[in-house]
Amino acid sequence: MLRFTIRRLLQVIPTLLAVALLIFVIFSVIPGSFASSLMADGRTNADPEMIARLNAEFGLDKPLHVRFFDYVSGLMRLDLGDSFRTREPVADVINARIWASLKLSIAAMVFAMVIGIPLGFIAALRPGSLLDTLTMIGAVSGLSMPQFWLGLLLMYTFALILGWLPSFGYGGGDLKYLILPAITLGVTPLALLARTTRAGVLEIMNEDFIRTAHSKGMSNGRVIRWHLMRNVMVLVVTTIGLQFGSMMGQAVVIEKLFSWPGIGSLLVDSVAIRDIPVVQGTILVIVLWFLLINTFVDIVYAAIDPRIKQT
Amino acid sequence: MFKPMTLAAALLAGTAFAAWAADPQSGGTLNFVAPYGSSFGTLDIHSSPSTQDEFPAKAIHRSLYQWNSEESRPELELATEVEASDDRTVHTYKLRENAVFHNGKPFTADDVIYSYERIANPKNAFPGSRYFSDLVGFDAFVKGEAEHIEGLTKIDDHTLELRYNNPTEPGYDLMKTNAAIYPAGLADDPDFISNPIGLGPFKFVENVPGSRVVVEKFDQFYKDGKPYLDKINIVLLGDASARDVAFRNQEIDVSVLGPSQYVAYQADPNLKDGLLEVAEVYTRHIGFDPDFEPFSKKEVRQAFNHAINADLIIDKLVKNKAYRASGWLPISSPAFDKDKAPYAYDPDKARQMLADAGYPDGFDMEITATQNESWGLTIVEAIIPMLQEVGIRATAKPVEASVLAEIVPQGDFQAFMWSNLSGPDDYGIMKCYYSETPQSSCNYVEFDNPEFDKLFEAAGAEADAAKKTDLLRQANNIVQDEAPHWFFNYNKAVMAYQPWLHGLQANATELAIQNYEDLWIDDSAPDSRK
Repeated sequence: MLRFTIRRLLQVIPTLLAVALLIFVIFSVIPGSFASSLMADGRTNADPEMIARLNAEFGLDKPLHVRFFDYVSGLMRLDLGDSFRTREPVADVINARIWASLKLSIAAMVFAMVIGIPLGFIAALRPGSLLDTLTMIGAVSGLSMPQFWLGLLLMYTFALILGWLPSFGYGGGDLKYLILPAITLGVTPLALLARTTRAGVLEIMNEDFIRTAHSKGMSNGRVIRWHLMRNVMVLVVTTIGLQFGSMMGQAVVIEKLFSWPGIGSLLVDSVAIRDIPVVQGTILVIVLWFLLINTFVDIVYAAIDPRIKQT
Repeated sequence: MFKPMTLAAALLAGTAFAAWAADPQSGGTLNFVAPYGSSFGTLDIHSSPSTQDEFPAKAIHRSLYQWNSEESRPELELATEVEASDDRTVHTYKLRENAVFHNGKPFTADDVIYSYERIANPKNAFPGSRYFSDLVGFDAFVKGEAEHIEGLTKIDDHTLELRYNNPTEPGYDLMKTNAAIYPAGLADDPDFISNPIGLGPFKFVENVPGSRVVVEKFDQFYKDGKPYLDKINIVLLGDASARDVAFRNQEIDVSVLGPSQYVAYQADPNLKDGLLEVAEVYTRHIGFDPDFEPFSKKEVRQAFNHAINADLIIDKLVKNKAYRASGWLPISSPAFDKDKAPYAYDPDKARQMLADAGYPDGFDMEITATQNESWGLTIVEAIIPMLQEVGIRATAKPVEASVLAEIVPQGDFQAFMWSNLSGPDDYGIMKCYYSETPQSSCNYVEFDNPEFDKLFEAAGAEADAAKKTDLLRQANNIVQDEAPHWFFNYNKAVMAYQPWLHGLQANATELAIQNYEDLWIDDSAPDSRK
């Protein structure tokens, strides 16, 4: 198991390097610069001398291959560079925001799992029932509803109409500020988990070994606990892993809408003002999160189904 | 000269002024919104030209001058008097003796010199560097040949002299928030940037990156009895829809409105009385490239102006959240000529002018624009059929905002749509049409008119303010006649405010930026603000 884990972790490194290269190339070739972004709102006039000074200070006047070498050598030393805008180390800028993103992602995932998995199970155990129909209508709606619109709807209902929750912000990290963004972010994975769980349960219920277990006189509860759950978990864990891994990326819109101080909203602002070191660092963190979660899921797989270790 | 602005400000801010009739009350918390993004870039305002970063900086810091919204002019803030030489190259300031920094250190001339040299230092590459470029000795300082800027002289602790190479009105540059005065030497300490200390009415308390900056009343602020508020939460809320919900839910005390919200708020009896409007100093326009053959002809540029029904677009698309532009300088400008009418919508005349200019069949062209709803693709798409009607076959070229800001100074366009600063410094703004100003600076339309140049040079040498304004008015009228732009509109900024908030100023330079020390809340505020 240890060798399997190490092998999977080592596979993360070339993927990260490839992503880093891709990000560098994309942001080197697209037009627009940090200096030009400072004038983008037309509130200040162009100042060629200032632009030249800024480009020199940030090394943007160097040839592309030199900049790439500097970037990669920085990465090797785990140095993501300094933000053009704040002139602070990118690691510090991200560190100030990542915990809010993690908090939001974990809360959204817990919300999705706690509701989505039981709902999928119950719906599958009573196929065709009213609960099953409602669950699937809800799941399809959850998957197709734009998060931005859902967020506004929740804000309007729970903040403006009912007055139960604040409509935006982080407060002092209080739970009441977390609820609406977490629900908004959690609805899509919830719907997906409910659908996946239902489909998985229905499929496994028709397997021979389930019929065998029943014919041996095993009770329904034992069949579910001993045979059904374990097999469905492989499918559910895959969905959880993929959703949880991509959640930081999905949170970009939610964080902006709710003024949640995570790395998603940081990324949006940084792209707009071409704060390239922060953009690169933020995307790398999001990709790393995705890769680590998926690696963890692979390891969990192997624990659930030892045959996976052999492949 | 200031009549148009003063009258407009008084009318537009009518409800706010009415509320000021009561005596200001002290105490309470204000939830003020920073609406231009999801984060503050930096708390080191010297390094930032961003309006978003001004929101906390305006509470914490102060500059030598401050904008007076009622009189539409810069006024002394950290000095009690200034004496200018006859040729206006030397300005001697008596600095405030009652001003202290938040750490208790008294304010002196050393702080001003330190701050200005920090901003001008080429190693820092700060955007405000240009404010000092005409000071005597600036070039030597930038080249590293001098340790200090010769034109910045401390006479004594509270007397400062600024010497310029040319006649100058320093107030317009030195009122900028990113020309704030820091305590001498302290900004070199890395902790200063995360825990800024200034001369402003509020002390820094905390920064939650991506969420808010909190400031609290500074008891030793140099204006007696001010600030009124105990605390301000400057919260980030970049999304307009979310801001709307938060404002209606009374979670925030002000909100900046876009065109569609402006209509909705005007129609809502609970909200319509809490709107503050002002003609800001930004002109929305389409700039023409004179190197593109059709636009080298004045008749074609004028025909373009006659071809578009700007009033209709302002009414239907911009929802009247704008004032029709006649020329470049805005309504609030002293040099604005109220007798000079805008180009009339006259497609027949436009067709005739195109024919006279040698384009009876019109021509093809491209307009580069961003996604901005008030001065971007929405507007371009609306004018394309109007242009088509007179024979100008225009297509839209969408770009991102920072790309527009990159390609326009490089001249990489046939026509571009943008919103650009057009005040409050008339002379500084008109410099962008001086033939010696390069396109890479701000003469984006490569304006070159000898008659304009003569007027501009005369204005620069004129000591009498009224005569100078008159010269600039004539110069602005030449720009209008030469039509290097399609003059679309001057921005009407609209801020919604809660009924318990008073003291807001109709700031034409940027409505959302307020002098916080003048703001106060009354007893009708919710408990969370008391």
